[in-house]
Amino acid sequence: MWIYEKKLEYPARVYKTDLRMAKYLMAQYGGPDSELSAAVRYLTQRYTMPTRKARGLLTDIGTEEMAHWEIVGTMIYRLLKGATPEQLRREDLGAYFAEHDHAVYPVDASGVPWTAAYVQATGDPVTDLHENMAAEQKARTTYEHLIRLTDDPGVKDTLRFLREREVVHFQRFGEALVDVQEELTRKKVF
Amino acid sequence: MDSRQLQLLHEIMALEFTAIELNLYLDTHPEEQEPLNDYNQVTERLNQLKAHYEHLYGPLVSYGFSPSEYPWRWIEEPWPWEIQF
Repeated sequence: MWIYEKKLEYPARVYKTDLRMAKYLMAQYGGPDSELSAAVRYLTQRYTMPTRKARGLLTDIGTEEMAHWEIVGTMIYRLLKGATPEQLRREDLGAYFAEHDHAVYPVDASGVPWTAAYVQATGDPVTDLHENMAAEQKARTTYEHLIRLTDDPGVKDTLRFLREREVVHFQRFGEALVDVQEELTRKKVF
Repeated sequence: MDSRQLQLLHEIMALEFTAIELNLYLDTHPEEQEPLNDYNQVTERLNQLKAHYEHLYGPLVSYGFSPSEYPWRWIEEPWPWEIQF
């Protein structure tokens, strides 16, 4: 099960409304390589992992991704705060407002709703771990793009933290992959 | 949230992040003694700080992990998305 802790993993430093940045950040909230996709992907794949290191790691990184999803959601909530329908319309968020008002709904930066098709789980642990390593790199790249899209030092700071976590997760998944490959080699009968 | 509460929360966040980072490292390096010692040290300090925080400001976790004074304190503000860091 999961226990909710009434705190963020890292401070969401947003002090002013910025609708354009809110829209861009939705990439990491409801896009293909968003924190939501990552959390569901890892927590889905863990059941069929063959080693205890991989099962533990997927459980823990999947859980950390939920905390990242909360940080991104908090940033979007604050970036949208107080915006009028007219302001939202001007920043291309009129369609979003029509369906979701100020709700923090998982769509990507273009407004496409999140879908389970973003969750890769093939049942092959080697394939799945490679998928995860690629996903972490894609998320790192997206964070780098997002950092370049804002001048706000607070927003940049939080995004830098999230970017760094992608690098660490990539490293850990690589180690889990070696462990799984060793396990599969051991199991082979020659 | 007053500055004293925010300061304590910051310390808890920093320590818990250290625990998360060590946790992931230990998942793939379970036989390394030094990070394990660090993890246990951080955990002990984190639990002390959390107990202190919860005594002053109410529960950080519900579901039976932390008792509450009357009236039920879990629903008190601020929720994490409302905190000005």
